[in-house]
Amino acid sequence: MEFQYVLAGILVSLGAFFLLIGSVGLIRLPDFFTRIHATGKADTLGIMLIIFGLLIIELSKGLLINSAKLLVIIAFVALTNPTATNALAKAAFRFRMVPWFKKDKEKKIKEKKKEEKE
Amino acid sequence: MEKYFIYLSVVLTIIIFLPLYRVLMGPTLFDRILGAGAIATKTMVLILVIGLVFNRLDMFIDITMAYAVLNFIGTIAIAKYLDTRGYKKE
Repeated sequence: MEFQYVLAGILVSLGAFFLLIGSVGLIRLPDFFTRIHATGKADTLGIMLIIFGLLIIELSKGLLINSAKLLVIIAFVALTNPTATNALAKAAFRFRMVPWFKKDKEKKIKEKKKEEKE
Repeated sequence: MEKYFIYLSVVLTIIIFLPLYRVLMGPTLFDRILGAGAIATKTMVLILVIGLVFNRLDMFIDITMAYAVLNFIGTIAIAKYLDTRGYKKE
């Protein structure tokens, strides 16, 4: 095993971990405005890390054109992924979607307790 | 090293199936759009890894760039459409 392959393997594994966290957050979080955090931040970081790992392998092979294109993809993802989620959040806010508060959760718990007492 | 990337592509395929739940069962329209966008961004990475396994990365990179542009334009178009439609007059 050479050094650059070990480094690329570590970066790619970290990226896959962040993608997994983003997907789990998309399922588990309670509201649309909180779910946007999962795909807007964790996914962008995971994709950038994985493509950076591939870029190191391509650089070690000596393929300069491929690594330049990969750099372009990294820059494009870093610009566009947060922009798309921001546009979606703005559209949802103008659509009169009500954000989630912690009070809602406490109310639900109180109602459940009341039902159990009755 | 090639074996590692094959395992990685299998793991990525499993990860892609998680946002599909949000697309199918999402309570609102925006949740479905968000899930579709998440699936598309993860598919970009999957295409790149498969290209590295096949040793033809120069071809698959161009496909990935086109896919990224399509995903971005589609999400922005849907968001803008819903933005103008959702206004209520007060």
